[in-house]
Order: sequence, then structure tokens, then C-alpha cells
Amino acid sequence: MPESITTMQIIETWLAVGFTLMIYTFLYKDNPIFKLGEYIYVGLTAGYAVCYAWFTVIWPDLIYPLYRALTVSFHIKQWEKPLESHENLWLIIPLVLGILMLTRFSSKFNWLSRYTLAFIMGSVSGMSIPLVVSANIFKQMVPTLNPFWGPEVTIFQTINTCLILVGVIAVLIYFFFSVEHKGAVNKVARLGIFYMMVSFGAAFGYTVMARESLVIGRVTKLIKWASPDYYYATIILLFIIIGLVVLTELFSSRGERTE
Amino acid sequence: MNKMMPWFRILFLGLISLLGFNNDIFAQNTLVSPQDFTAFDTPNDAGGSVSLTWRVVPENNKPEVPYLILAATAPDGPWFEQTTLVNLKSDYPQYFGLSASNKLWSYCEITDFKQSLTDDNPKPITATTYFKLAVTDGSKTLGFSSVVSAMHQGNWFDASKINILIFVVIFSFVIMFFISLARKNPDLFIRRIPGLDAIEEAIGRATEMGKPILYLNGLDGMGSLSTIAATSILGKVARKVANYDSQIKVPCRDPIVMSVCQEVVREAYLEAGRPDAYNQDNIFFITDDQFAYAAAVDGLMVRHKPAANLYMGYYYAESLLLAETGAAIGAIQIAGTDSITQLPFFITTCDYTLMGEELYAASAYLSREPLQTGSLKGQDFTKGLIILILILGSLASTAGITFLVNLFKTF
Repeated sequence: MPESITTMQIIETWLAVGFTLMIYTFLYKDNPIFKLGEYIYVGLTAGYAVCYAWFTVIWPDLIYPLYRALTVSFHIKQWEKPLESHENLWLIIPLVLGILMLTRFSSKFNWLSRYTLAFIMGSVSGMSIPLVVSANIFKQMVPTLNPFWGPEVTIFQTINTCLILVGVIAVLIYFFFSVEHKGAVNKVARLGIFYMMVSFGAAFGYTVMARESLVIGRVTKLIKWASPDYYYATIILLFIIIGLVVLTELFSSRGERTE
Repeated sequence: MNKMMPWFRILFLGLISLLGFNNDIFAQNTLVSPQDFTAFDTPNDAGGSVSLTWRVVPENNKPEVPYLILAATAPDGPWFEQTTLVNLKSDYPQYFGLSASNKLWSYCEITDFKQSLTDDNPKPITATTYFKLAVTDGSKTLGFSSVVSAMHQGNWFDASKINILIFVVIFSFVIMFFISLARKNPDLFIRRIPGLDAIEEAIGRATEMGKPILYLNGLDGMGSLSTIAATSILGKVARKVANYDSQIKVPCRDPIVMSVCQEVVREAYLEAGRPDAYNQDNIFFITDDQFAYAAAVDGLMVRHKPAANLYMGYYYAESLLLAETGAAIGAIQIAGTDSITQLPFFITTCDYTLMGEELYAASAYLSREPLQTGSLKGQDFTKGLIILILILGSLASTAGITFLVNLFKTF
């Protein structure tokens, strides 16, 4: 083992290779090895999410400031005021709303959680609408409103402006639901579909390239981990996992025959 | 009089020489003292910062000329150096609008009070603070402005977003008008959307096969409009499922979305007169990790073999993993998303795909309730208005009129 690779890194590598190959067995079919990998993955991430929420939100943003607000005396230094003052008592409101969500476990009091849900739905809708208007309407409109020609406008910019304007209008007309797509409207709507398909094709190709690079990255790692530095992790685990899949297949087919 | 003349001459020459000496200094440095220095609470913010402005002077507007901002908690000091600035930006439309005269002013925003230029632990400004501005040649201070003071406060109203408010108010009135119209005439026309017609077919198929329907709300939380639209469609789908006495499974990535979905499905079963058939365990949380969620849903698909998969809401890189597995198990698949990057994957792997706004129209299309139909009509009217603005705005822009472009600028 090279000195630069620690025992902990070797363990991590074996785990990474093992779980990668366990998940890859899904390419053959659903099997107990994939199930094991899936359940561990789901369980770990769910547990991690709980810890993450506790350490990044619940403790620093709710419990700790509220505790300080309730216990710290008021003769504090002026500079410390924003964090440690009675102003943070308003945090009792989200605390109560959070506790109301826990009433979902009770069949008698679960209706109380609707107050929290109503608050969440109302507040996120209220916050989302201006953002959506800004990002999806206004910010899209401004770059469309270009001059067709002028002293500083080149012929290519004119062509671009025309293409963008026609495309935006055609796509908007495709999304008209009050008008049946017949005659001239149908022709414009089809032009809109054409524009969208060009855009989707580009997005498709781009994303496929990105996915391929992800596979290449993972395979490169697996090859690296097959080296003696990592005690042939990929080769050994590949044989073990293939063996386990074959064994489980044999057992399940024998079970089916017995039935 | 003649006796007085030499003294007068001496005094006159002395004054001239003094002025000449001063003129030499200005001639060497060609800098002038800061002019019209003002401090005020930064407009349109949540508090915590003070803005400083001063007039742009051509003599000082050079990259090698630093301005030095000094602050104090009392008008007579002690003064602490806050920051040095060169090449100042003067155009901040979010604070000062789009007036051409903005370019005549320099601007700086102060959020913290430092004890020195190198203070690594500055404190937030909590009381009225006094400022003065110095112009330097990099080594020595050549002139000070007058002392000004300001205290920050949060603003209840962000005036830079007034155009959004006006748009939302107009849009709301348009929607309300069309809702009232839809209430008077419930048979308003909505064009056929094949993907939504297929939902009924998919539920029927699942019922005949005795297999469940898998419904996904996407990966975003309740803050996303796609998720709100998806939960709204879930209500309509669940009602049909209850009527057909079929089964729906809703794996969720977000606990809040799960709670909302449980309420929506429960409500749908109640409306269908089948509260006894509602099973809360069919709407469940998996995990909030993207690919762990995808792995679990894939596993769910191959084990439960749902007859129909409905993917509504916003998706990311997992879309193809989900839809490909769904296609492999032979389920009828209907997707609806406004995620532009994932739409191509749904189009290639699903039987029907609702693109972009079709997702938002789905709820109205399925329910035909006046409230939602009117809302859809209002959206169409607004789209027409936007097309008109785009054509007129482009023509106006060509004619050199930037009013419409400025009207829609957001900060």
C-alpha cells in the first residue's frame, strides 16, 4: 500500500466499488443484491437528511437563538444585539407550526397540521408569484425587445432578432388553449413545435454527452481501484457480486420450481 | 496715499504669490475635493446598509485616484477608515431608477463599521453613523467632504419591483374577469390536449389489469409552481382512481409535499364518496436524495409493476432513469413538466408528454371547474397581450424608444 493511501481510504474505496457494482446489477434485472444496495442508500440518505436539517437549520436557526432569547438577560453589549436578544422570540411561531406538523401521527389531532400546510402553501405561492413573473416573463421579454435595425445593429443581429421574435410568438401561440389549432393558427403552432424540437434536440445531445462523461468518470475510477494499491477492489468485488447474483438466481429459480 | 502704496503693493504681491503657490499644488495633483457628498438609508432593501453618493468630478475620475471613506459614531470623531475605492460604479437602477443623470453620481454601500481598513471583524451598523469622504493621490489625503450622517432601516416596500406589482394586479383582474365569465358560461372552449385525454385511458387500463398507478410529483418542494400544479392534478387523478376503485401510489421526495399529497388524495376520495378506500400509506416519503429516490422508485416499479406511470412536476437528471425503467416494465407513461432540459427525455420515453404550460392547464382541463377554466382563459388573454407588447416593443425599440424595454426591466 503506498504511503499516500490511508487505511480509511482503502475502506472507503471498497465501499464505493461495492455499492457501485451492487447498483449496476440492476442492468441485469431487479435482484436481492440491488435491493440491498438500494435500501442502504435510501436509509443512509434519509438519516443524513435528518442530521443535516438538525445541524444546519433546527439547531442554529431555531433552537439556539430561541434558547438565547429566553435565557439571556437584557444588559448585553450593543454589538451582540442582533443574535442574542428578545427579538428572536418570534421564532416561537415557526416552532409551533413545526410541532403542529407532528400531529399528523395522531388520528385525533392530525387536522391541526392543516394550519401549517395552509401557511406553507400560502407563503410559498405568495413568494413564488413575483419571482416567476420576474424570471419567466419580464426577464424573457426584455432581451426579445431588440431593435430590428439601427446604426449599431449588424445584419446578423437583425436576423437573430427576427428569429427570436418569430420563435417566441409561435411558441406562445402553440400554448394558446382557447383557440383550436386549425388553419393559420395550426401553421403558426406547428412552427412553434419546430422551434421547441430544435431546442429539445440540442438539450438532449448536450445532456447525453454529460451522462456519457459521468459513466466514463465512474469506469475510470473502477479501473483505478482495480490496481494493487487498492488490493484489487474492483476485480475481487466484481467476482463476489456476480457470484452472489448467480446464487440468488439459482435459489429463486429453485424456489419457483418447488412451488 | 503715495506712502501707502508700497505696503499695498507688498500685500497684493504676497496674496498673488500665495494664490500662485496654491495653484501650483492643484496644478500638480489636478484633483478637487469631493462634491455633494450625501448619506442615506439604502432604498428598497431589508435594512442593514447605508448608501453614500457624491458627484462624479472629471478631475478625480481616474483609476489611480482612490477615494477614502471614513466613519464615526459621533459628528466630531474619532474617525475610522472604512474602505478605499477606485473606478466607482455610478449606475444602480434598482436604487436610483433609470435616469440618465445617475451616471453623474458615484455610489458606495456600507454595511459594516470597521475599526480600521484591515479590520477582519467588522460590526454591523446599529446606530446613526457619520461619514466623510476624502480624495487621495494614493499616499496623502488632498481634500475632505463635509460630514454627513445616516441610519439604515428596512423598507416595507421595494419600489424597484413596482412593475411586477402592476403586472400581477392587472393579471389578477383579468383572471377574475374570466372566472366570472366562466361561471356565467361553464362551457368555455379549451382545445384538446391528447396527453390529458390519455390519463382516463391509463386509469382504466390499470383498473382492468388490477395493477396500481404510480404518480410522481417531481423533485421540487412546495415552493415550486410545477409541484403545486402536480398536486392539483393529483387531486383530479385520485378522484378518478377512487371512482374506478383502483389504487394509486405516490412516492414523495419532500415530507411537506407528502403531507400535502395525503390531504389532496384524502379530499379526492371524500369527494368521490369513497373515504373508506383511502389508504394514507400509499402516499409515502422515500428520501430527499435525488438518486437514492430514483433508485427506490425504480425498484418500486419493477416490483409492483404499475400499469400506468404519471410523472408530473419538475425533474432533474433522474428523469431518464425513471422513465426508462417505466418503459421497460411496459407501463403506459404520461409525463408533464416544465423542466426544459428533461422534456426531451420524457418525449422519447413516454407515451404522452405535457410540455411546459400544458402542465399548468391540466388541472383546468381535467376538472372543467369555472374557477380553473376562467383562470386558463385569463392566461391566454395575457399571452395575447404579451405578443402585442413584443411586436410593439420591438418596433418602438427600432425607432429608438426604450420606454417599453425599461418598463419590463427587473432588478
